[in-house]
Amino acid sequence: MTTQNAPALDSTGSASQPAPDQVPALSVAGVSHSYGARKALNDVSFAVRPASFTALLGLNGAGKSTLFSLITRLFAVQTGDIGIFGHDIGRTPGEALRLLGVVFQPRTLDLDLSLTQNLLYHAALHGISRREARARSEELLAQIGLADRARNKVRDLSGGQMRRLEIARALLHRPRLLLLDEATVGLDVKARADIVEHVRQLVTEQGIGVLWATHLFDEIAATDDLVVLHQGRVLARGPVPQVIADTGASDVNAAFARLTTQASAARSSEP
Amino acid sequence: MTVTSVHVPAPARSGFSAGEYITCLTGIVWREGLRFLHQRERFISALVRPLVWLFIFAAGFRQVLGISIIPPYETYILYEVYIAPGLMAMIQLFNGMQSSLSMVYDREMGNMRTLLVSPLPRGYLLFCKLLAGTAVSVLQVYAFLAIAWFWDITPPPMGYLTVLPALILSGLMLGALGMLISSGIKQLENFAGVMNFVIFPMFFASSALYPLWRVEEGSPWLAYLCEANPFTHAVELTRFALYGKMNWVSLAVVAGCTAVFMIGAIIAYDPSRGLVRRGPGGEA
Repeated sequence: MTTQNAPALDSTGSASQPAPDQVPALSVAGVSHSYGARKALNDVSFAVRPASFTALLGLNGAGKSTLFSLITRLFAVQTGDIGIFGHDIGRTPGEALRLLGVVFQPRTLDLDLSLTQNLLYHAALHGISRREARARSEELLAQIGLADRARNKVRDLSGGQMRRLEIARALLHRPRLLLLDEATVGLDVKARADIVEHVRQLVTEQGIGVLWATHLFDEIAATDDLVVLHQGRVLARGPVPQVIADTGASDVNAAFARLTTQASAARSSEP
Repeated sequence: MTVTSVHVPAPARSGFSAGEYITCLTGIVWREGLRFLHQRERFISALVRPLVWLFIFAAGFRQVLGISIIPPYETYILYEVYIAPGLMAMIQLFNGMQSSLSMVYDREMGNMRTLLVSPLPRGYLLFCKLLAGTAVSVLQVYAFLAIAWFWDITPPPMGYLTVLPALILSGLMLGALGMLISSGIKQLENFAGVMNFVIFPMFFASSALYPLWRVEEGSPWLAYLCEANPFTHAVELTRFALYGKMNWVSLAVVAGCTAVFMIGAIIAYDPSRGLVRRGPGGEA
């Protein structure tokens, strides 16, 4: 099975001198996390290349949201290292978070504020001046087709429109890595397809690295990189065709079934 | 949905400029102000509580409680005049506790996540949030003063200005205390417990409703307790500042408590706690 090595971080929190184009957008190395006695993540390692779409596939409870909370510094890293373009999230969080855009699974928009006000607030949190923030907001709202609703309250939007607005908000400070945690949950088929297409365009046209957490197989394309997370462990990682070939399955769905079945069998045979 | 513009991402910079810090602060205060304007019910209910005390309680007790000449007052005063600074502090006490509790609750609900993934230092972000809550409470206090003016509570015109720094400092202290206490609360419903065990004892065991010399006549140990209560000093700092005077002891106590509570609150505020509480059954 193909592996993507997550580079070690030196004591200053920077990756040890790789060429700029080799620095991963995201490196997760040996990360474990426990809630009391319950281990949510167990020695998780993988990397996301710049300008690539990496799907993080796992069932509910696999540890995806915990991993996102660690990458975004909501949780402190207990074991292991997480780097964003070589900046360690624990040692140099400011530099790391500047390069990161996040769309959380629960909606985090302020429903009583307008679309523009939500975007301006986010810009302020990144220290972007009001004038520049207005220009970027108008540009982004035009891109997602919501320019004519800029002054409307967010609560008047549909679920799909809210997600598009959240993605636009995550891009406002021009990050180089975008994390999306189950971004299509609760959306209809059309809205889901629109969101996935929009994010893929960000990769190809703007060179943004994307980590897309999902439990839906139809959101994964053959050109993607794949990380399979199950019960807190990485079962497979690499390009989708490689993962499928290594498991001897015919598609992602079957590959995932084989991997999780094997893992569960191995776990049940543990003393 | 189309993406048309291509941008070259800026390289990561280290550190933040003063302008970025100021932009962040003004953005957080601006957003809190907008939310306040959108929530008229919150504004009205925050005003009703002190006005009930002023119009009903103070009117009833006016004949029972006589106030002698005590600093900062230079003459005999009506009871309503005496309790006005206490009610101003009460507005800040309730606002501080409520807004801080919502910050803790929001760890789970998501709005605070947006704030916490900002690249600026987390301690600074929480300070900005507390300052924003204080700004809202100051607006409420001035609205109360405007109504109280029609009830013959007329401090010197300069007092409206000199009380502002006192309100900011006491608002920060009470907000930080609220955040410190709220960090240990497991559920929003436990706010009733905060009311019973924190807000009411702090309010009643203070100089908000009666001067401490009167308390001392009745119970010396209660007077000591009142003097040790930081809320008493928030009230006295506000009272003196409203009449253009300075109470240095209260200033020192409030400033010291603000620093201690603020540091404690920033340490105690751990966003992971709210998420952990969802427990093993939740999607972690």
